[in-house]
Amino acid sequence: MTPQLLVNGLVAGTTIGLGAIGLSLTYSILRFANFTQGDLIAWGAYLTLTVASAIAGLLAGLAPATPLAPFSFGWTLPVALLAGMALTVLLALALDAVLFARLRARGADAIILVMAGFGASMALRAGLEFIYTSAPAYFTHELQIARPLGLGMRATPDQLLVLGLTAVLVLALHLLVTRTATGRAMRAVSENPALAAVYGLDVARVVRVTWIIGAGLACVAGVMSGLLVQIRPTMGFDLLLPLFAATILGGIGSIPGAMVGGLVIGLSEALAVQLLGAEWRAAAAFVVLVAVLILRPSGLFGRGA
Amino acid sequence: MTALTLRDFVAGYDPDLPIVKDVTLDVPEGQVLTILGPNGAGKSTLIRAVAGMVPIFSGEVRLSGRDVTRAPAHALARAGLGFVPQTENVFTRLSIRENLQIAAELLPRSARAARVAAMLAMFPDLAARPEALAGSLSGGQRQMLAAARALLSEPRVLILDEPSAGLSPKLVAQVFDSLRRIAQGGVTLVLVEQNVRAALALADRAVVLVDGRLAHDAPAAELVGNPLLGQLFLGARAA
Repeated sequence: MTPQLLVNGLVAGTTIGLGAIGLSLTYSILRFANFTQGDLIAWGAYLTLTVASAIAGLLAGLAPATPLAPFSFGWTLPVALLAGMALTVLLALALDAVLFARLRARGADAIILVMAGFGASMALRAGLEFIYTSAPAYFTHELQIARPLGLGMRATPDQLLVLGLTAVLVLALHLLVTRTATGRAMRAVSENPALAAVYGLDVARVVRVTWIIGAGLACVAGVMSGLLVQIRPTMGFDLLLPLFAATILGGIGSIPGAMVGGLVIGLSEALAVQLLGAEWRAAAAFVVLVAVLILRPSGLFGRGA
Repeated sequence: MTALTLRDFVAGYDPDLPIVKDVTLDVPEGQVLTILGPNGAGKSTLIRAVAGMVPIFSGEVRLSGRDVTRAPAHALARAGLGFVPQTENVFTRLSIRENLQIAAELLPRSARAARVAAMLAMFPDLAARPEALAGSLSGGQRQMLAAARALLSEPRVLILDEPSAGLSPKLVAQVFDSLRRIAQGGVTLVLVEQNVRAALALADRAVVLVDGRLAHDAPAAELVGNPLLGQLFLGARAA
């Protein structure tokens, strides 16, 4: 076991954690396990890549997208990320309007919503393969050299950026939920939507805010994962089990919990890869998920089973 | 001026088996109305339907003359209708102050902080520890917080479902003292209450609901000690 395991696990855990926050929020407010969260991550990455490519194509020769030292990407990627987040949010809102909102209006059981989400997930994934093919894509082809951090650990500037950006996003989201009127409304709807309506809260608006936050973070997670590894139509599907494991480990509805859960899952996967081999990576999340369900079903930051 | 009007009001959970049937009722501004009746008469369903929490199948609801029959619960709150459910009437995972702050969202931004402070001043038990989670409050304190929340947005009509349910006699007295102060402030009160004696002592007028229909409508004082009330509670219909 080497200290590098820590860096590898934390970096992998950031993607899982950001995706898990969205999953946790939709679970606590809409009360169903949203299987499309992984595919929103993949769509976010592809939409951002499309916008980045379009910007680069339009401005070819005018403003060369040379890498912003010390990172591996040019200025087009941050701009494209904002557009990609907006497009991913629109996709999520459309999905809700076309599918989930109609089922909720009919009083559908949670299992119906879960199955509908599962079907939508497959459709979204097939759509990506149809449009972009199953060949992997990349935000950058620049090579980065990992720099020493001390204690035998090394990380690339992109990896450090991902860790820093994740910390900022999680802190901002935590403050939003705990210190603002929007956050109070989200917590109120999460506890009792009928009472929230009696209080005068527009529950439909809170649901929209939840999709916006979840989809926005999914896009960031997809871009981070694509930046550090690659983009594939199945990248979201591959993340589903770790996302659910992180959400349940952290405690459903807890933003810090989802992030901590993601980091623990990331570290567990890195540990499994180092000790047992890469083929055991997915098993790590499954083992953690089963252990949590047996030992502490409410999760680390949950409010009781 | 009529604060709340129901016309041929039919509501429930199954259109083929309505629980509230053809209720017509006018509640003048400032009146305290109590709805009495045996268990299963449809009292709670009636007021929950008025508050937008149970489907209305036919008829109409008017709030100060304005048709609000199809308005969702949050729109009714914004239109001036306050509702305090019997149970689960506060957000237990939010603090006392946060519960009040959510209700204050209905007010202009400049008035919110002062109104929260005014409600805390009206209920000293709540003011003693405003940052405590509502889930840590006793049953009586929760009812007070629920009433404070409903009052905070300055409703024209306040509907309460069994405000004394599950409370000790001392707490019941406290809750009814609070309701008396609210009524003296000119708010129209509609009250469903099993504690008939306390309800009639507070109310100006009482209606009795039997099997989802209005069976009796009289000044509250007339019903105190009236043997008709006992008959109605046993399920007999008024002539």
